[in-house]
Amino acid sequence: MSSSRSAVSEIELREVHKAFRVDGRLLTALGGLCLRAREGEFVVLIGPSGCGKSTLLNIICGLMEPDSGDVLFDGRLVRDRIGLVGYMLQKDLLLPWRKVLDNVILGPEISGMDSGAARQEAQSLLPLFGLEGFEESYPTTLSGGMRQRAALLRTFLCHRQAMLLDEPFGALDALTRRQLQQWLLEVWHRFQQTIIFVTHDVDEAIYLADRVYVMSPRPGVIKLELDIPLARPRRPEMITSGEFGALKRELLSALGSP
Amino acid sequence: MESGELDRSSDRERGSASAGGHLYSLLKQGLRLARQYAPPLLLIVLLLSVWQLTTWLLKVPKWLLPSPWQIVVAGAEARELLGPHTWQTLKETWVGLGLAVVVGLGLALVIDLSPLLRRTVYPLLVASQTVPILALAPLLIIWFGYGILPKVIVVALVCFFPIVVSTADGLRMADPDLIALLRAMGANRRQVFLKIRVPGALPSFFSGFKIAITYSVVGAVIGEWVGASRGLGIFMIRSSKNFLTDRVFAAIAVTSLLSIVMFAAVMLLERAVLPWYYARREEVWEEV
Ligand SMILES: Nc1ncnc2c1ncn2[C@@H]1O[C@H](COP(=O)(O)OP(=O)(O)O)[C@@H](O)[C@H]1O
Ligand SMILES: [Mg+2]
Repeated sequence: MSSSRSAVSEIELREVHKAFRVDGRLLTALGGLCLRAREGEFVVLIGPSGCGKSTLLNIICGLMEPDSGDVLFDGRLVRDRIGLVGYMLQKDLLLPWRKVLDNVILGPEISGMDSGAARQEAQSLLPLFGLEGFEESYPTTLSGGMRQRAALLRTFLCHRQAMLLDEPFGALDALTRRQLQQWLLEVWHRFQQTIIFVTHDVDEAIYLADRVYVMSPRPGVIKLELDIPLARPRRPEMITSGEFGALKRELLSALGSP
Repeated sequence: MESGELDRSSDRERGSASAGGHLYSLLKQGLRLARQYAPPLLLIVLLLSVWQLTTWLLKVPKWLLPSPWQIVVAGAEARELLGPHTWQTLKETWVGLGLAVVVGLGLALVIDLSPLLRRTVYPLLVASQTVPILALAPLLIIWFGYGILPKVIVVALVCFFPIVVSTADGLRMADPDLIALLRAMGANRRQVFLKIRVPGALPSFFSGFKIAITYSVVGAVIGEWVGASRGLGIFMIRSSKNFLTDRVFAAIAVTSLLSIVMFAAVMLLERAVLPWYYARREEVWEEV
């Protein structure tokens, strides 16, 4: 899994600005945003809806260019960033015409890797992603949680050392969400990627993160950078601890203040 | 025999349980088919009965309006004649449909290439459908003679349009987020086209193709009306001139039957090619 992995493991944004032209008006989505994710770090980005989180991820992965400001990979300006980091968009976006196994090997297939080897690897990871026995199923027949895990496995199999996850659990019920958080932490612990995870759920942010960035409403800038000193591995009962509560208060007040 | 009965009595036994399950699912499927097809079949039978009764009670002459049964008899008596005519019409239909698919898909791709091409070509396509086929057919005969070609062109002309429109729409409606995902994975234009847009457009293509099928046989018949030596169209014209109305109706029945059978065949093909399109949650639940 590690040999063919794209090596980018540190991401840094410096003073990133981005505006969109909507009906002739200029709409500033990002207003000089700075952010950093170190190697193997789990960074969570939290902010109100519409503050530019998805735009930020689009810029990092190279789907968009900032109007000004720099995106650095491992400390260097990279001209063509596309394809260098893994990206999981807000929707699961499984291809409805492909069975689960064919869906998750999309990344290796696009980079022209041997599909036999990719299949074998995918097959070996299916149990970890809770998809064993469903490799021949079409996505429409899966539950929401399973679809999300399949989308995550597909992102994993792209073999990028850094991954951007845009509200991956946003559409799930609370219970499934808890399970998948726990499970994502286990997977991350095992493969040690750099993760930038977007959410608008405060509990989720604290529970997962090494560090949380709080974004302001549009135009998005970083209002607060908060280290989460909770011990790893994280346990569900930590959510009720006083330390967790204090962190939550701090995040909520940053989110709530104008 | 004995062991068979033993098997049946202990339905915990694996083999018998799955055989029972199989039988059950077959039964269920049969019931579902019956529920689906019984109402239209009953309606058809009802209408035919009314027709049969009316012509019989009012003693309508055969040359004016034959009864369904008279039509069946006429068709059976003329089968030696109907066979070659039907085969000719089928050939024209299939070649014409094939041409329509090739041209339709080609034009859909051209339209899809750029908005400018779309704006340029689309109005011409629509205009092509406003040309009255009955006026065009004689010209085609002047240009291409009495052979199969003018009929094939008529069929292709009425059939390519639904294929172009629906396929082009299918290609255009690809989810932009899916395309973004593939681009983020480093996919090039060709990969996006082949892995997202083409498979995504297939159901639309089939919708257009099914509409085309329903036009195709009639298209061939109309092509033959204007001038042909063989085909259901010319058979209808000749029968009609000789007041063999029952034969006209027999030919009409064959025409409908051909359309229906071809439509059903394409539906089956669609299910085979697009299993994902029909894979829905409830089907999985039913299997459990
Ligand atoms: N491609 C685009 N064109 C125009 N406006 C856009 C585009 N993408 C995003 N926006 C606008 O930018 C703002 C931020 O969007 P987004 O990054 O999706 O927010 P978030 O993910 O935090 O909810 C929104 O007001 C949205 O309408
Ligand atoms: Mg978003």
